This record gives sequence, structure tokens and C-alpha cells, in this order.
Amino acid sequence: MSDTTTSAPAPRPKKVQDRIDRLRAQYSTGGDRRRQRAEQLYSASQWQLMRAKFGKHKLAMVSLYLLILFYVVAILADFIAPYDPQERSRQHIFAPPSAIHFFAPDGGFVGPYVFDSRTRVNPKTFKYDLIVADNADMNPVVLFPKTDPYLLMGVIPMSVKLFGTTSRQPVFLLGADNLGRDLFSRIVHASRVSLFVGFGGVLISFVLGVALGGISGYVGGKVDVIIQRTIELVMSVPQIPLWMALAAAIPAEWTGIQTYFAITLVLSLVGWTGLARVVRGRILSMREEDYVMAARISSASSWSIITRHLIPGFTSYLIVHITIAIPFMILGETTLSFLGIGIRAPDVSWGSLLQQAQDVVVLSNYVWLLWPAAFVVAAVVLFNFIGDGLRDAADPYAK
Amino acid sequence: MSGQASDDNAILRVEQVSKQFVSRSGIGARNAPVIRAVDNVSLHINAGETLAVVGESGSGKSTLGRSIVRAIDPSQGAVQLKLDTGEWVDLARLSERQLRQLRRHFHMIFQDPYSSLDPRMTVFDIIAEPLIYNERVSRAEARRRVIEVLELVGLGERHLNHYPHAFSGGQRQRIGIARSLICKPRLIVCDEAVSALDVSVQAQILNLLKDLQQRFGLAFMFIAHDIAVVEFIAHRIAVMYVGRMVELGETRAIIDRPLHPYTEALLSSVPMTDPTRERSGKRLSGEIASPINPPSGCHFHPRCPYATERCKAEIPQWRELEPGRFVACHFAAELRLAGMIQSHTPHHELHK
Repeated sequence: MSDTTTSAPAPRPKKVQDRIDRLRAQYSTGGDRRRQRAEQLYSASQWQLMRAKFGKHKLAMVSLYLLILFYVVAILADFIAPYDPQERSRQHIFAPPSAIHFFAPDGGFVGPYVFDSRTRVNPKTFKYDLIVADNADMNPVVLFPKTDPYLLMGVIPMSVKLFGTTSRQPVFLLGADNLGRDLFSRIVHASRVSLFVGFGGVLISFVLGVALGGISGYVGGKVDVIIQRTIELVMSVPQIPLWMALAAAIPAEWTGIQTYFAITLVLSLVGWTGLARVVRGRILSMREEDYVMAARISSASSWSIITRHLIPGFTSYLIVHITIAIPFMILGETTLSFLGIGIRAPDVSWGSLLQQAQDVVVLSNYVWLLWPAAFVVAAVVLFNFIGDGLRDAADPYAK
Repeated sequence: MSGQASDDNAILRVEQVSKQFVSRSGIGARNAPVIRAVDNVSLHINAGETLAVVGESGSGKSTLGRSIVRAIDPSQGAVQLKLDTGEWVDLARLSERQLRQLRRHFHMIFQDPYSSLDPRMTVFDIIAEPLIYNERVSRAEARRRVIEVLELVGLGERHLNHYPHAFSGGQRQRIGIARSLICKPRLIVCDEAVSALDVSVQAQILNLLKDLQQRFGLAFMFIAHDIAVVEFIAHRIAVMYVGRMVELGETRAIIDRPLHPYTEALLSSVPMTDPTRERSGKRLSGEIASPINPPSGCHFHPRCPYATERCKAEIPQWRELEPGRFVACHFAAELRLAGMIQSHTPHHELHK
């Protein structure tokens, strides 16, 4: 044994030597790759770690993609909604969701189409019934039908929609309302108000919350006490009456946009308190961290400590909080509009669409009018799932 | 005043420093209890010397250390620091702005290697922080200096862009040490710098600190509760109890022959490597007294096996019993207290 190792090794057969070399190369590159990956992890910043951790949260990732889809739809509402939200059709009052057929009556495949149909009041029940003639025309449902020219997002001139029929017979994906307006188009247009009210509202309450919470936590003392008592006061006022009072103060002659911003403001004036508390709590706990003391005895000014240590320290928590706060804004807007003191006709939001569903008789006859509620629920649930994933990822250093 | 015989070489003189905390509970709360965390403490630290401050948790040693580096403001007393010019300045009296001119002369090493490094900053940013605020240096110069101290503490250039999460507790503590060294200070307050580490890692860090002290003539104020650690690194030991100093002297002298019953009790609590040997001295019983409502007279009297009526009534004088040997006990001269018998190699030597 020692003989072979100490003396010059006998030349190995070429095949064996090749194999050894190959294995050696393989192992050494494997090691390199492992080292590289370790190196990547070691120099991974907080955000990189967060992203990696969030990416592992399947539910949150799926929710994120779905929610992005929601927002894309909201932004491209003019293109995706087949009809104008105000477009009425007397023949289709309370038309149920259109039955989309794929096979011709004789059995051959012809692609999606809808029959000519209309609604008429049933003289016995006073309910609108769907009438389809025996030999009704077949209206194909196509992608990108030509329409009247319009401006997408107010700037891009377009004359096609995502889908629709080429004839006069409309396709009602989710049915029609009491004026024969397409509910799907209305929901898509309403999502612009309903989904973005959250952002606007959170933005304002974000500024208020971070500023007041930050001052409260960093300055402390009497200032802290005053701000905290104010927060308690705002929080203890019953929410709906407060919203109603504030919303009632909006002048009736304001335009839709003005009302929209006023509603956003109303929501955020109430909504900042939670955020202020989160910020204050984080600052209070981080002020006690040794690294803040280390910075102070390294001659760092208060400003440097705030900008270099405290703010980076709580941004991840802020993002989580915001993600969870947005659905509350959406619900708030829905509530206000549902009660008739939010978004007013002709503008639409999910809440104002639900106003029609207030009447039990209407609702029992035309169940599809509840569809907007499904969208509200979906949006809120998606936001919460994402918030859940973010919360898990927010502190990648948690032991 | 401490008035020690050997303080010509001193670079720091702490003179009758006290720190009180008022526990506030909202607006209008009157008669809030006052916590005397540090009560009239005097000591000095020589250049290149390690002074250990020991005591149980709650004895005020960390508060003292933080008052010295002005992480908190002492309520009374003076913290005199000797400048290069030989001039003395009272850190306790300086404004935050004036203090910034002097901060580079002293720094601190923290107990918790996890909370003391900002997890969102790279090693470079962490270590360069004192440099950036204290000295106007270019980025290239900062980089050079950071690599220099990183190598001093046994890390290297390859760690510059790593985040703290990539390091073990011992390595993190090395980063903390590098940060405290970057401005070439003369005094470093080590606040329980090794107590959060494994014993083997403790030994490495202690050896590193000792080595750095020899190379740069650093003075350490070494705050600890473990007398075994202190025995290895300290030249002199100061013992604190409920905010007051109870004993101060050369390490060997204190360990072999304590003069205060509290020191004796602390020494007897050190675990011994030889199970056949009799434990010397008295074990500590009971809890450390609360600094909100400390016992009358000598704070230690409720736990002291030698206490008399006099101890309850009268606060013992801080006196120099022998040259360089200070104690605050009425009976220091009469009591014969047991020290720690040196029969074993200090465990830190084993890991060298």
C-alpha cells in the first residue's frame, strides 16, 4: 500500500484516467457552483431574501398574478369590456347571462355563438323572461370585433374590442341590469374606481401614518401621548357614521372625478391610524437595537439614524401593512357606494353596482346582479393572501 | 475622588458618576420612582489597560459603560478623557455636537452580536460607519481601512459585501470589534462582549482582544458577569453591586483575597474544574436588590453572611485599604475572606 503511494504511481489505463479526470472536473465545478451559490446568499440583501422567501409562498404568488390580471383588466377596461357601461338596450332589460353555444342546432361545430333573444315582462309574474325564437339567428362571438372608435386609457385611438358579436344582438357574459346594460362591461369599468381607490387612499393615509407615527415613536414624551390619544379618538368614532358624515359633506354638483378623490380622502382620513401605530411600534422597538446605539456612538446624527437604519428597517413592515390596508379601502368604498353616498351615477363602482341588489324581489328574480360582490370578495381575498405571504417574508432574519 | 496612586498614566477618569432613571407613566404621573442605576462611581483606566467591571445583572455596570461613551447621558459626575495633547475634557458636559469631534477616540463592543449589526447593511457599510461620520475619507480610502481592520480581526476582503446573516456569532462579534477599531480609538468599552458566545469562541475573541490591546495600546473597560473570563483578560477588577462600587483592585489580589463579601460570593460562584475540591467561601443566596428601592446602609447587607446592625444603618465608606485597593465595607479590614484558589489553568488558556 505504502509502496504504491510513495513511489511514482504506475500509469493508469487511459480509460480509467479519463474517467477520473472527468469526475474530478465534475466535482470541482460542483464545488465552485456551491461556493458561488453560498456567495450569492451571503451577499443577498434584505430585498433579495424577501423575494426568494415570497416566491416560495405558492398561494401568495398565484394571488399576485391574479391580482395583476385584475389591475390589467381595470386599466384596459375600455378594450376588455365589450360595451359602454351606459349603453342601454330596451330589448334586454334584466337579460340573464347569455347562453353561449358551440354546436349548430343540427349538431355540427360552428364555434361560439349566441341566439337572437330579448326579454319581455311576464304578465302573470311581472318578471322579465327571456324569449328566444325557434328559428332565431345565430350570432357568432368573435375576438377583436370592429366597433366605433374610442380612446383606450383616454389616449390610444382604437376601434376594436377584446370580444363581442358582429351583429346587433349583444352577448351578456354576466347578464344585464334593469336598463338592459351589460353587467360585465359595467363591472370591468367599475373596477377602475374600486381597485384604485385603495391605492389612492392608502397613499394619503401612508403619508399621514408614517409622519405622525414616526414623530410619535422617535420624539416620544408628550408628543407621543398627544398623538396616541388622537389616534384612539379617531379609532373610537363609529366608522360608518363618520364616513357618512364626511361623504355627505361632498357637494352634489361635484364631478365624478372630484367625488372619487373626495371619497379617497374620506377613507384615508380614517384609515391612517392603524399605520401610525405600526410605524410607532417598529420605531420604538428598533430604537432599542444595539446597532442604533452603535450608530449614535459612531457620531451619526438623528437624521442619519432615521434614514440609514430606521426607515430601511420598517419598510418591509410598511409594505405588508399597506397590502393588508388596501382591501379595507376597497370595502370602505363599496360600503359607501352601496349606501348611495359614494360614487354616483353615471360613474360606476362595485359598490354602486350592488345598489341594485338591495331589493330582495329584484335579487330573487335576477341573481346575477350579485356578481359585483363576487369581484369585491375576490379582490379582498387576493390582497389578503398576498399580505399573508409578504408578512412571512417581511423579516427574513427572523430566527 | 478615586485618587488612586497609579493614575498618572490614566486616559479616562470617571469621577462620581451617577445615573438615575425616572420611570414615567404618562402625563400627570407624579412621584415617579427614581431608579439609581449608577450611584456615585469613581474609577480610572490607564492607557493600554483592561479594567473589568463585574457584577450581577442589574448592578449598573452596563449603564456605567454606556454613560462613559455617552450612549446615555450621566445624571451627575464627570467623565474625563485625556486627549492627544494631554488635555482633559469632560465628556459628560459636552453637547452632542462637540462630542462628535471626539467620538473617534472611544467606541463600544456590544453583547449581542445579532442585534448590534444592522441586518440590512453590508459588512463594509457596518464597519465604515464610524469612519464616515468621524473622518472625511474617500470611498477608496474607507475601503482600504475597512479591509485593514477586517484582516486584523481575522476576516478578509472577501467578506466586504456580505450581509451579517452570512456569519456565525463569533464572526459577527469580530465584525463588531472591527467597527470599534476602525477609527483607531484609545478606549473601547466591551459590554459583555463575549457572554453571548460559546466558550471556545469566547476564548478566540478574548485572545483577539488581548492581541489587539498589545499591538495598539488600547484601553478596555471590560464589562462582564463571568469572573473566569475577567481573570484572563483584566489587569484590574472593579466590582459593582446595585449601582455602587464595592471593590476595586488588581486582578490577582482580588481573586486571591477579596475584601468585600460580595466579591467573595461572586468568586465562589465560578464553576470549578476539579470536583473533588471543596468549595471555598459563601455562595450567593437570594436575588439582587432592586435599584428602585435599595436596602438601607450597605446595599448588600440582606444577602451578606457577615452583616451586622451597623451594615443596615450606615453606608460604608469607599476607602483605600491598601495602595490601589479600594473597598466599601465596614469590616473589610477584619474579615478573612476566601478567594479562588489557583489550582487549574484558566480554561481560556487551553484553547490557545
